[in-house]
Order: sequence, then structure tokens, then C-alpha cells
Amino acid sequence: MEAGDTLQVKDGVDQETIDAVKEVSTYKYGWDTDIEMEYAPKGVNEDIVKLISEKNLEPEWMTNWRLEALERWKKMTEPKWAMVDYPEIDFQDQYYYARPKSMVEKPKSLDEVDPKLLATYEKLGIPLKEQMILAGVEGQADKPDGERKVAVDAVFDSVSVGTTFKSELKKAGVIFCSISEAIKEHPELVKKYLGSVVPVSDNFYATLNSAVFSDGSFVYIPPGVKCPMELSTYFRINAENTGQFERTLIIADKGSYVSYLEGCTAPKRDTAQLHAAVVEIVVEEDAEVKYSTVQNWFPGDENGNGGIYNFVTKRADCRGDRAKVMWTQVETGSAVTWKYPSCILRGDESQGEFYSIAIANNHQQADTGTKMLHLGKNTKSRIVSKGISAGVAQNTYRGQVNMHPRAKNSRNYTQCDSLLIGDKCGAHTVPYIEVKNNSSRVEHEATTSKVDDDQLFYCRQRGMGEEEAVALVVNGFCKDVLQALPMEFAMEAQQLVAISLEGSVG
Amino acid sequence: MLKINNLHVSLEDEDKEILKGVDLTVDAGKVHAIMGPNGSGKSTLSYVLSGKEGYNVTDGSVELNGDDIMELEPEERAALGLFLAFQYPIEIPGVGNMTFLRTALNAQRKARGEDEIGATDFLRLVREKAAALKIDSDMLKRPVNVGFSGGEKKRNEILQMAMLEPKICILDETDSGLDVDAMKLVANGVNALRDEGRGFLVITHYQRLLDHIKPDVVHIMADGKIIKSGGPELALEVENNGYSDLLDEAS
Ligand SMILES: Nc1ncnc2c1ncn2[C@@H]1O[C@H](COP(=O)(O)OP(=O)(O)O)[C@@H](O)[C@H]1O
Ligand SMILES: [Mg+2]
Repeated sequence: MEAGDTLQVKDGVDQETIDAVKEVSTYKYGWDTDIEMEYAPKGVNEDIVKLISEKNLEPEWMTNWRLEALERWKKMTEPKWAMVDYPEIDFQDQYYYARPKSMVEKPKSLDEVDPKLLATYEKLGIPLKEQMILAGVEGQADKPDGERKVAVDAVFDSVSVGTTFKSELKKAGVIFCSISEAIKEHPELVKKYLGSVVPVSDNFYATLNSAVFSDGSFVYIPPGVKCPMELSTYFRINAENTGQFERTLIIADKGSYVSYLEGCTAPKRDTAQLHAAVVEIVVEEDAEVKYSTVQNWFPGDENGNGGIYNFVTKRADCRGDRAKVMWTQVETGSAVTWKYPSCILRGDESQGEFYSIAIANNHQQADTGTKMLHLGKNTKSRIVSKGISAGVAQNTYRGQVNMHPRAKNSRNYTQCDSLLIGDKCGAHTVPYIEVKNNSSRVEHEATTSKVDDDQLFYCRQRGMGEEEAVALVVNGFCKDVLQALPMEFAMEAQQLVAISLEGSVG
Repeated sequence: MLKINNLHVSLEDEDKEILKGVDLTVDAGKVHAIMGPNGSGKSTLSYVLSGKEGYNVTDGSVELNGDDIMELEPEERAALGLFLAFQYPIEIPGVGNMTFLRTALNAQRKARGEDEIGATDFLRLVREKAAALKIDSDMLKRPVNVGFSGGEKKRNEILQMAMLEPKICILDETDSGLDVDAMKLVANGVNALRDEGRGFLVITHYQRLLDHIKPDVVHIMADGKIIKSGGPELALEVENNGYSDLLDEAS
């Protein structure tokens, strides 16, 4: 490859990033859509759960599954071990279901979807037309082989608005639809796998999600199939005082491959909003799944008002031998983040990877990391975490690596770097390591550094402004993770890194 | 072009004066060399000129083409055409050399109200300038100065200078730590940029660089002051006799 080919997207920040930074002074996605909504009454109880189930026209087994979850949840208490501090959440003072009125009669195709909804996604840069290239990756355009398709499932508050490229995917045998549709159309798959990776009883938020989840995405890749395009889900919270509880289930059958992207934004509101998602991934023998997230929920304002409370349970189960899963996340948004995408390495020689960038600026608090549970022989895991703290933010990496007695000859490598901008923020690293056999090896490296004044001066002497210099240096710091992202997201992620650090210097 | 008037500078953290009244004028098209013992304030002068934090300017002024630059941010001085080749170039992990160059070049162009350079033009330009300095495409792709040898770092500084085409180039001991071949490359790089519109301030300990970059004026700096200025013969005198005679003369 010629030097210039890598220039546009991968190598640190480039001019487009800088432009984006200059053009956007604060959170870019903070506007809202004025649209008529239908709400379920506030609060969570048996009636609400039944109502959600009814709205989604679910079969009885699903309703009962939800009700059992609700019963469990009532007996549970919120976990308090994370290094995040937020006012008590009144779970009865939230809406659990909100959908645009135009979605009551489910549109049969994207052409029938309310133009206001379509316009919302267009403004967000999410292609709901079946076009070749995702907005924002113009760098790809002059490369003929850079033409890649991305199928999108768009979730607006509690419902899926539509999914693109469905028929083309169907030809390949791939099922990509909303989870509410899958419950109706593919009950045997949903019954078999739902709750099999994240059990209903898993944790407070996952249990709540099991009771009230309204929509989300469903993916099934049949044996031996390489999914012909990237799949993505785009979550938008619009309604006020409304929680979003989405549920994603991805099944990669034997020898299959899929790369899946997830993006999230929400309007600026001065009251905090709840988001409690569950993502379950099943990876069978010789299959491989890449799951990338660019999480950019509204982080709250500079004074810490509003923002999304993001409590997410994501887990992948490598059930078969040689199964592979790779989590990549860029966490720049949310007022509070509580999120630990995990890998259960059950199959022999299965592999789990976790690449993370977590940026906390102003009053944001992030407690995020991963769990690698080594059960099979010769399993491998790799963790690369880059935490950036600025303002008065607190950023915690919490990671757990377990090697079970049976997991002979297994390996883990963890690299965990923290970067501090200014002297009022904090970075914390909390590793839990447990090795129960003597042939496995765990390596852990951690560094904490301050953004280097000499580096900034060097950049500025060459002509870059201070924020541009910070963005460049931080993007360099995050390089290993940015490189793990699919091309489509790498550029957007670079811009986000720059934007989310605005106001962190000077 | 560059006019330094009675410049007094002390450290921000300690009450210690480093520059004690520097007077120096570099005209366009001229190469001025500054020599002087270690600790005499040469690097401090270069940092203060380029706007590094940590210093207090207690007296005096610096003008670049008639503008007082002491109140300007480092990037504003850079956009006006002031360039410093660092004595110890800084490493920036994860940031490709090319990305760095292009971001810097476009930032300066933007600040001056010029159009940004397109990817293709940029590539052509960088390849041409890099070739003259024997910088290969691998070095262009690697992160800025990370894992570069001493000589590579210094050549990289000259590459940046060649790309940015500054008006006043300050080189701080660009020759130290270079072998003869590398020094020739650096000197050629500098000579290629010599131009009627451009001034140079070359800080060095050694005559051997000045064999290749012929200075118009040589200054001797000691204890925060220029104690003597003269023609190229002054550098030879230092080479042969060291600084002690000059220092005695001054005191
Ligand atoms: N940041 C600093 N802190 C303490 N002393 C400094 C600092 N910068 C420069 N000095 C002192 O100022 C004097 C001049 O240093 P410098 O400008 O590096 O000299 P030169 O480049 O001529 O060798 C030296 O005595 C040095 O120790
Ligand atoms: Mg020096």
C-alpha cells in the first residue's frame, strides 16, 4: 500500500476532523424531533409489561418470559460497586414505552415510514436509503474497492423504524430484522437463544431490560455464511423522561462471519435519561463476530445537568471450538456509563478481544471494561483499553480475567492506558485476575500519563491550535483501538474523539 | 525581518534571569549563526521566540516583519512564518508523520486564509522533499519521531521546515549528534531553502556545520547576552581557541 492510501482515515486526525471540531461547538446531536408520540403510562409493573408485550403483538410465551423477569427484578437491588455517583433513580417515574404515532400501524417498507422520522436519520447522517457508502467516509469514495454496503436497523425510542437491505441479505440466508419482528417470524430461534447468554437473572439492569425491552435488533447468520455487508443498528432516544431498553441478539452459526456496528445519540435534555440495554452474542464453532460501538449519547452539559445514564450488559458466548469474538467500543457520550462487554471462551481455542476508548470530559463518569472468562483449553484473550479523562470527569477501567482449571494453556494480555487532561479529573484501573491452573498465563500492563506539554508545544509550533493539537495527540494515543474499527466508523470515531474533548484545554 | 531588542527573560517558576538583554537583528536573505558555551541561553532564546510557556519576558521586544510577536500564541507565530527546528525533537506516538505534516501545513494555510492543500498535491510535495533528505516512505508512515535515530529526527525537522516554507528558520543544534553524511544532508536541506525572502538563525557549537552553511554573521552568546558579533572568521576563532579569550575580552 502506498503511504498516501492510509492517510485519509486511519493515521491520527486529519483535516476533516479539524473541520468537524470547528463547525460544531457542542454536542452535535442535541436537537430533537417534534413528532406525535404514544406513551404507556409512567412506571413499571405487571400491566405495563403486558402492555408492551401487547403493543408488540407478542405470543404468550414471550409475555410470560417478561413477567417472570419482572418478578425477579422486584426482589433485586441496584448494584453500587461501580465508581459512579448519581442521584437516586426513581424507576417508577419513567416512561418505559414510547413510539411515534405513525408507527402504530407498522409500515410495510421504508417508503411508508413517516418522512419526519426519515429526516431525523438523514440529519444524523444515517443512511436509510440503500446506498453504497455511509455518510462521512468520503475518504473512501476515490477508492473503487472502498465501496462497501452497510445495512441499517434504525431504532427510535421504543420501536424499530425499519431495516435496510433486507432482501439482499435474505438471499444470503442472513436474517437481519428488529427483535420484535423476530419474536413473531422466527420464534424457534428466539426461544432457543434469548437469555441464553445473559440470563434473565443476570443483574439488576439486565433483568429490568428482560421485563420491559421494547425493541432492538436480531441477527442470524447461517452455517458457513460470510455476511455480505456490515450490519448496523442506530439507536436514537428522542422522547423526554423515557428510558430506552433495547435488546440485541446475534447468532453466528458454525463457520459464519459478521461485522456489526452500533451507534447511539440522544437530544440534549436537562433531566437525565435511562438507557439499559442487553446485547447477547452466540458464536458457534469456527464462527467470528466483530461488534463495534460508537456510543455518543448526550453526555450532559458542562455543569453536569442531564445526560444519559447508560447501564448496559453485553456478552458474547464462544460456544464452539475456535470461535472468535471482538468487541470494539468508542465511548464518548453518556453522563454515567456502566458497561463491561464480556467474552465467555467456552470452546477450545476460542478467542476474545476487547478494544476500548472511553472518554470522560466535564462531569461525565465512566466505569467500563470487560470480562474474559476462559473455560476452554488454549483460549486466548486480548484487552486494549484507552481511557481519557478531562474536566472533572472520573474514568475507571474495571477488568476481570478468569482462567478456569480446565482452561489449560490459555493466555491473556491486557494493556490499559490512561491519559489525563488537566488536574481535576481522575483515572482508575481495577483489574481482577484469577488463574486456577498452572499452564495459563496472564499479562497486565497499565500506564497513566498526563497529556504532554512538550507534545502540544511541538504541534503548536508547527501551526496547530491548542484543541487541534490535543485532538491529534489523543487520537494518536487511541490509535491501536481506532485501527480495530471498521473503516466506516474509524473516521467518525476520530471526529468524536476531537469533539468530545472540546473545552478541555485553555 | 526578525528584530530582537534588549530581550530580558526569566523563568516563571524560579526567580532566575536567563536572557539578560539580547539584541539581534536578522535581515531577510541572511544566515546568522549563534555560538556559545553550554548554558548561555541559546535554547531559551529559541523557545521564547517561538512562544513556549514557562518564561517571563521582563523587558524588551521581538518583531517579525514589523509585528510585535511576544503576545501571540505559538501557532500564530508559526502562521507568520516562524519555525523552530528543535534541539530535541518530540515524539508523538500513534500519529503518522504524514498526518502530522499535513495537519500542520493545512492549519497554517487556514490561519493565513489560504486554501488547504489537497491529498494528491500534498503527497507529491512530501515525496519530493523527503527524497532530497533521503527520508523513505517507511519513515513517512511511522509515528512522529518515535523510534527514529538521532539523525533521522534531525532530518525530519528539516523536512518539516521544507514543507512549511517558513520566513524565519531557527535551528537549535541541528548538527549535534549527526555523522558527516547526515550533516551534509541537513546542510543541503538548509541551503536549498536559502532565499532572499528568508532569514536563518543557526545555533551551533561547531564550525563544521558552518563549513556547509556559510553564515553571513556570527554571534557569540554568553551568560544571556550577545557578547560579540562578526563575520564567518569569528566562528573559526572559536574553533581554534575556544571561548575563553572572548569571555575574558567581554568581562
Ligand atoms: N526550565 C528551566 N528550568 C531551570 N533552568 C533552566 C530552564 N531552562 C533553562 N534553564 C537554565 O538556563 C540556562 C540556559 O539554558 P539553555 O537556554 O538551555 O542554554 P544553551 O541552549 O545555551 O545550552 C541554563 O543555566 C539552564 O540550566
Ligand atoms: Mg541548547
